Amino acid sequence: MPLAVLVLVCLSMISCSHNASNEGQAGHITLINIAGATFPYPIYSKWFDVYHQLHPTIEINYQSIGSGGGIEQLRAGTVDFGASDMPLNDQLLSTFKVKILHFPTVLGAVVPTYNLPGVTEALKFTPQALAGIYLGKITQWNDEALARANAGVKLPDQKIIVVHRSDGSGTTFVWTDYLSKVSPDWKTQVGSNTAVNWPVGLGGKGNEGVSGLVEQTPYSLGYVELIYALQNRLPYGVVCNSSGKFIKATLDSVTAAAAGAAEQMANDIRVSITNAPGRDAYPICSFTYLLIPAQIPDTVKRDTIKDFLHWMMTDGQKYTEALSYAPLPKAVVDIEMKQLAEIQ
Amino acid sequence: MRYRAGWRKTVNMLMLCVTGLCALVTVSVLVLILAYLAAKGWHYLSWSFLTQLPKPVGEVGGGMANAIVGSGKLLLVAAVTGVPVGLMAGIYLAEFGGKTFSFLVRYTTDLLNGVPSIVMGIFIYTIVVLPMGHFSALAGGLALGVMLIPIVVRSTEEFLRAVPGTLLEGALALGASRWRGVATVVIPAAFRGIATGVLLSLARVAGETAPLLFTSFSNRYWSPGWSQPIASLPVMIYTYAISPYRSWRQQAWAAGFVLLALVLLVNIGAHIILSRRYSIQRG
Amino acid sequence: MSTFTGTITQTARPEGSGRARVFLKRLRSGDEIAHLITLIFALFIFLITCLLVYELYLHSAIPRHRFGWHFLVSRVWDPVFEQFGALPFIYGTLVTSALALLIAVPLGVGGAIFLAEFAPTRISDSLTFVVELLAAVPSVIYGLLGIFIVIPLLRDPVDPFLKKHLGFLPLFQGPIYGVGFLAAGLVLAIMIVPFILSISREVLLAVPTEQREAALAVGATRWESTWQVVVPYARAGILGSIFLALARALGETMAVTMVIGNTPQISASLFAPGYSIAAVIANEFTEATGPAYLESLIALGLVLFILTIILNGLARLLILATTRRGTAH
Repeated sequence: MPLAVLVLVCLSMISCSHNASNEGQAGHITLINIAGATFPYPIYSKWFDVYHQLHPTIEINYQSIGSGGGIEQLRAGTVDFGASDMPLNDQLLSTFKVKILHFPTVLGAVVPTYNLPGVTEALKFTPQALAGIYLGKITQWNDEALARANAGVKLPDQKIIVVHRSDGSGTTFVWTDYLSKVSPDWKTQVGSNTAVNWPVGLGGKGNEGVSGLVEQTPYSLGYVELIYALQNRLPYGVVCNSSGKFIKATLDSVTAAAAGAAEQMANDIRVSITNAPGRDAYPICSFTYLLIPAQIPDTVKRDTIKDFLHWMMTDGQKYTEALSYAPLPKAVVDIEMKQLAEIQ
Repeated sequence: MRYRAGWRKTVNMLMLCVTGLCALVTVSVLVLILAYLAAKGWHYLSWSFLTQLPKPVGEVGGGMANAIVGSGKLLLVAAVTGVPVGLMAGIYLAEFGGKTFSFLVRYTTDLLNGVPSIVMGIFIYTIVVLPMGHFSALAGGLALGVMLIPIVVRSTEEFLRAVPGTLLEGALALGASRWRGVATVVIPAAFRGIATGVLLSLARVAGETAPLLFTSFSNRYWSPGWSQPIASLPVMIYTYAISPYRSWRQQAWAAGFVLLALVLLVNIGAHIILSRRYSIQRG
Repeated sequence: MSTFTGTITQTARPEGSGRARVFLKRLRSGDEIAHLITLIFALFIFLITCLLVYELYLHSAIPRHRFGWHFLVSRVWDPVFEQFGALPFIYGTLVTSALALLIAVPLGVGGAIFLAEFAPTRISDSLTFVVELLAAVPSVIYGLLGIFIVIPLLRDPVDPFLKKHLGFLPLFQGPIYGVGFLAAGLVLAIMIVPFILSISREVLLAVPTEQREAALAVGATRWESTWQVVVPYARAGILGSIFLALARALGETMAVTMVIGNTPQISASLFAPGYSIAAVIANEFTEATGPAYLESLIALGLVLFILTIILNGLARLLILATTRRGTAH
C-alpha cells in the first residue's frame, strides 16, 4: 500500500514536469546545451534567463564546467556550442571536424584575491611577485618582494597558501598567459594552457571553488574572475601594469586594455590582451568567447543561436556593467556582426 | 590466585568500557551529523525551493524542483533497465542455476558490484553518450541501472533461498512443473523481501553523484523526454556546495535534507516491512 | 515432472535438423524456457562486465603504448606537455583508504563487540538501526558535511594540536590547509564505519551461543569469552566486512574530491593536499583536452578497477584461509 502511494506520487510528479515544460504553448521547446567557462558564468546565466523571458520557448542550458570542458564537449559534439576564455589555437582547431568561429562576448578581469586576517589595505602585486609566488619561489607573505611594493603594510610572517584551479579553465589560461609574458621562467617551466602542471598550490574546482577555498582558508592567495571576488566580498590586490602603474581592476581599466585590440581583431578575432600597453590598462584581462560551429544542421537551433548572438551583442551588453564585466567595444561588435553571416 | 582473578575482572570491565566507548563515539558522531544536516537543511527548506526552477547566479531565491523530478526520472529509467535483469538473474541463481554458469554469474556480479561509481560513469559515457552525441537522462538512468543490478541480484537470491524448500516441494508434489512452482509459490512467498530489496537498491543509487557527472550532465530547466541532459539532486548538491554564493550553499543544505529524507524514509519503511513480515511468520 | 505418455513416431527427416529438433522439443517444456530466459538475463550481467573491461582497455590505448608500465610509477601529471603518471593518485587513494581503515576498524569492530556481546538487546537493536540508516546516507552529503564541519574543525583546533604534540613525526609536519589527506581519511572513516559495525555485529550474533557458554563454563570472563572464542569464530565475517568497507573507500569519489585539496603530489605529511584516482577523474574528465589526456584518465579508471579486483581477491583468499584453519565452519 505505501509502495503504491510512492509510485503514484512519483508518476504524478513526472507528468507534472512534462506539463510544466510544455507550458501550454503551441510551439515545442528548443533546448540548447552549452558547456564551458566559469569566468563569464554570472553574466551568461543572467543573459540566458532574460532571453528565456523574452522567448519562453527557448531554453539555453549552460553548465559551467570550465573552458577545457567547453572545448572538449564541443569537440565530442555533446553540446551545441561552447564557451571558453582561451581562444583555440590553430593546432587545436585542426582537431575539430567543423570550422569553429569565435564570438567575444564580454571583457573580464582576473584578480589576485587573498585572505589575510588583519590586513585591510589592498595589496600591491608586481608581476615578478606573482610569478615568484606561483612558481613556489616566494613562500612567505612578508617576503621582500611583497614588502617592497607594500611599504607601510604589516605583512604577517606566514606561509602563502597558493590556490589555483583544479579543472581545465580559461581563467587559468588568462592567468598563465599573463605570467608567461612577464616571467621567462614561468614560460619555460610551466607554460600557458587551461590546465598546467602547477609547481605549488591547492586546487579548487571552478572560479567558485577557488573563491570558496580562499574565503575559507586564512593566508591563502588565489586568482579569480573579478565578479567572484566582489560577490564573495574578498579583498583583491592591484597589479602593476606594463607602464609601471599599479592598477585596480575596474570597468574602465579593463576597457582601456581592450582599446587597441579592435585593429588586430579585424585580421584574427583571437587576441590576447594580457599585459596590454596603455597607462591605465589593467594587465590581467581577457575577452571571453563563445565557440560556435560554422555549420549547424538543425535550422531551428541555427536561427535561434544567430538570434541570440545578435541580441547578445546589442541589448545583452546592457547587463554587463551591473555584473562588473566590461561591454564589448563598438569596433569589435562590428567585426562580430560580419562574422555572424558565416554561420550556415 | 585471587590476584589473577582480580586482574582478569579488571580487564573485563576495562574492555567493556572501551568497546562501549567505541560504540558511543560511533553512534554519537553519526547522530550528530544527521542532526546537523537536518537542522541546517530544514532551516533553508522552503516551498519555493521545492517548486521553482534555479535562478541565475547571484540572484536570491529559486529552487530545485527540476532536480527533484529529475532524480525521479533517472530512477525510473534505472528501475526499468536494472530491476528486471537483477530479478531474473537472482531467480536463476536461486532456482535454476547450473554449476559453471552460476559461478560465472556470481563472480561477475561481485565484480560489477566492485566497480567504482566513477568508472561506471566512464563506461556509460563511452557506450551511450558518445554514440548518441549528447548527454541524456537515458544515459544517466542506464548508469544507475547497471549499478543496482548486483544489489538486486544479491537480495533476490537471498530472499528466494530463505523460502523453506518444503513450499516448493509441496507444489511439485501436486504436479506442478518447476517453473510453475517457482512462479506461483516461491516468488510470492519471497515477494515482500524482494520488493524491499528493490526499493533499497533504488534508494542506494538515488544518492550516487559520480556516474551522473558525465552521463546525465545537468540542466537548469525542465528536461522533457529522455534524451536531454537532466538535473538531479546529488549533482545539484555538489555544484552548489562548492560555489561561493551563500544562497546556493543554503540550497545545497536544503537539497541534502530532501535527498536524505527520501533515502531514510525508504530505508525505515523497508525495515518496518521486513520486520513485520517476520513477526507474521512467527505469529 | 510431467510424464511423457505419447509415442515417438519415426519420420524421415534430414540429418542436420536433428539436434535443432531436440533443442526445440526441450524448449517446449516450461521449465526449460524459464531456465533459458533467466540464464540469458544472468549471462547479460557477464556480458556487461566483459564489455566494461573491454571498453576501459580499448580507450586507454594511448597511455599504455606511450608510457607502458612507467605510467604506474611516474609522478608527473602535466597536461600541457602531455606527460601523465598515475603514482600520485594511487598514493592518495591508498593513503586515504588506509587512514580511513585505521580509524574505522577499531571503532567499528569495538562497537560491534559491545553491541553484540555486552549491550542489552533493546539498546543494541535500536542503536544498530540508527547505524544502518547511516550506511544509506549518500556520499555527496558526507562531502557537504566534510566541507562545512570537518575541515574547519581540523584547521583549528585539531591539526595545530596534532602538530604541536606529534610534530616530530613526518606525518604531522608541514603547513596546515584544512583540506588534505587527513580530512579525506577522516571523512572516509565516518562513511565506512557503519558497514563495519553492522556487518560485524551480525556476524558476532550468528556465533552459536554454545561457544560462549562453553567458554564461560570453564571460567572465562565475558571479555575473555568474547575475545578468545567468539571473535575468532567470526573472524571471516569481520574480515569480510573490513574488505567491503575498503572497497567502498577506494572507489569513493564525491566526499573525497570535496575535501582532499586536488593536488597531484606525494607527501609524507597528512596535512598536505593530495588527490585520489576517483577525484581526478571526476574533476578532469569532461574537460580533458586531447585524446592522450582523456585516455590517461580512463587508464586511471582501469587501474582503480584492477586495484579493487585485487583487493577483493585478497579478501576472499584471506577468508578462505581463516575459515580453513578450523573456526568450525
